[in-house]
Amino acid sequence: MTTMLDLNETPLRDVNAALQATAGMQPNTAFEIVNPRGSHALAVGLNAPISVRIKGSTGYYCAGMNQHANVIVQGSVGPGVAENMMSGTVVVEGDASQYAGATGHGGLLVVRGNASSRCGISMKGIDIVVQGSIGHMSAFMAQKGNLVVLGDAGDALGDSLYEARLFVRGSVASLGTDCVEKEMLPEHVDLLRDLLARAEVEADPSEFRRYGSARTLYNFHIDNAQAY
Amino acid sequence: MCGIVGLFLKDSRLEPELGAMLTAMLVTMTDRGPDSAGIAIYNADAEKPFKITVQSPEGDTEFGTLADRVAALTGAPARLERKGSHAVLALGRDRAKAVLAMIRSDFPGLRIMSQGNRIEIFKETGLPQSVAEAFGVAAMRGTHGIGHTRMATESAVTTLGAHPFSTGPDQCLVHNGSLSNHNSLRRQLVRDGMRFETENDSEVAAAYLTHRLQEGRDLGGALRDGLADLDGFYTFVVGTETGFGVLRDPIACKPAVMAETDRYVAFGSEYRALVDLPGIREARVWEPQPAEVYFWERAA
Repeated sequence: MTTMLDLNETPLRDVNAALQATAGMQPNTAFEIVNPRGSHALAVGLNAPISVRIKGSTGYYCAGMNQHANVIVQGSVGPGVAENMMSGTVVVEGDASQYAGATGHGGLLVVRGNASSRCGISMKGIDIVVQGSIGHMSAFMAQKGNLVVLGDAGDALGDSLYEARLFVRGSVASLGTDCVEKEMLPEHVDLLRDLLARAEVEADPSEFRRYGSARTLYNFHIDNAQAY
Repeated sequence: MCGIVGLFLKDSRLEPELGAMLTAMLVTMTDRGPDSAGIAIYNADAEKPFKITVQSPEGDTEFGTLADRVAALTGAPARLERKGSHAVLALGRDRAKAVLAMIRSDFPGLRIMSQGNRIEIFKETGLPQSVAEAFGVAAMRGTHGIGHTRMATESAVTTLGAHPFSTGPDQCLVHNGSLSNHNSLRRQLVRDGMRFETENDSEVAAAYLTHRLQEGRDLGGALRDGLADLDGFYTFVVGTETGFGVLRDPIACKPAVMAETDRYVAFGSEYRALVDLPGIREARVWEPQPAEVYFWERAA
């Protein structure tokens, strides 16, 4: 059953409350949200394996703090989409503004268009797949998880990086401090193939380059490698 | 924060609706800045008198005296249109310099908001809705316009501290952000002969661009120079008699969304400001790149 919610008729708080009230429910609950009109903080704090389809563009912090839910935005999103996501999937069919997927601990964020600056900043385990290009300072201080970019990356990619893995198919304007290109081993090709499949993106993993931390800026010790 | 909206029309059939469109866009941005609001409108009148927009808290008495003094100076009845706390004075171009000098020397209570062939600026403390209503902005027609709603950071909440800032004929600038080298740049610009009305950082950016334009740069060139000389956070939207420009600093923290169709170019701090524009679903919508100059010009 699909529940329709119209933001022209229902206030934003009521829409979010209806979505959040599904916490603890079973899958096969679906919502369709129309007339988002760039609203902020839409579909945030979800905590159930529900399906939410937003028909139009949203503002700041769409699908923030997501757990378990599958959110699809048929439009573009403002700053901070899927910020601090824990699990679930968020798919943006248009573009994403700055700091997409920031601080995310888990789940999958897919941006079919471009993401602007600071994509994946301080990511902590989230997987992010961007079909277009990303802006400057992306994956700044990224700790864990995977960032996949089919297009190009802007300046200072992966500055002060910890143990997140970055895969870029196009050009990189410049690498940030302590970020270096690393060899694509078979395990990375397998990982990338799986990420691309989960994001429903057609691309050859062998066309990507891998970037990671040179581990000179933070106190990395090989004995602790399992912790990352 | 601060909220910015802008519209540059390509289709003249939209010109009667410019004020209404800009007002609706600006009101949508109210929660980005509740301190003060302002709007610059470039009108589309075929007749182009030189216009000086002035503001006074004591308009009832001051504007009457001003009209008498202008009539005495120019030898013809003054054309002065009252709009809220502002009044727009229309003059022959040859009289503009003398009238401006007279206002500056004899009317210390009057604040000059703008001067030029096309531009009129209306700004006050208060929310966008009340400021727009006080001046009847929704009924204004024009070719392009810029609106701003302010959350003050660098200087006092006053009429003169509100945006847009105008530091040259038909020029204006609105700013979301804060500049860190505005004091040194202001001192340099004062030495170069620029005049300042406030301690505001955004006025320095406006005067900087005016100075570059005076030195013969076009709008795009002046904005490119600004990338090297203006330090801080900024999203600027600027207007000239025939042009409309956008510039974001290289870090680009301050938000910006643009939309373009065959009929207009639009700017909003957020997409919310653009959702009711005609044909927005088919528009090209994008986020302007950091440190990239965008500008549009129309035939004079």
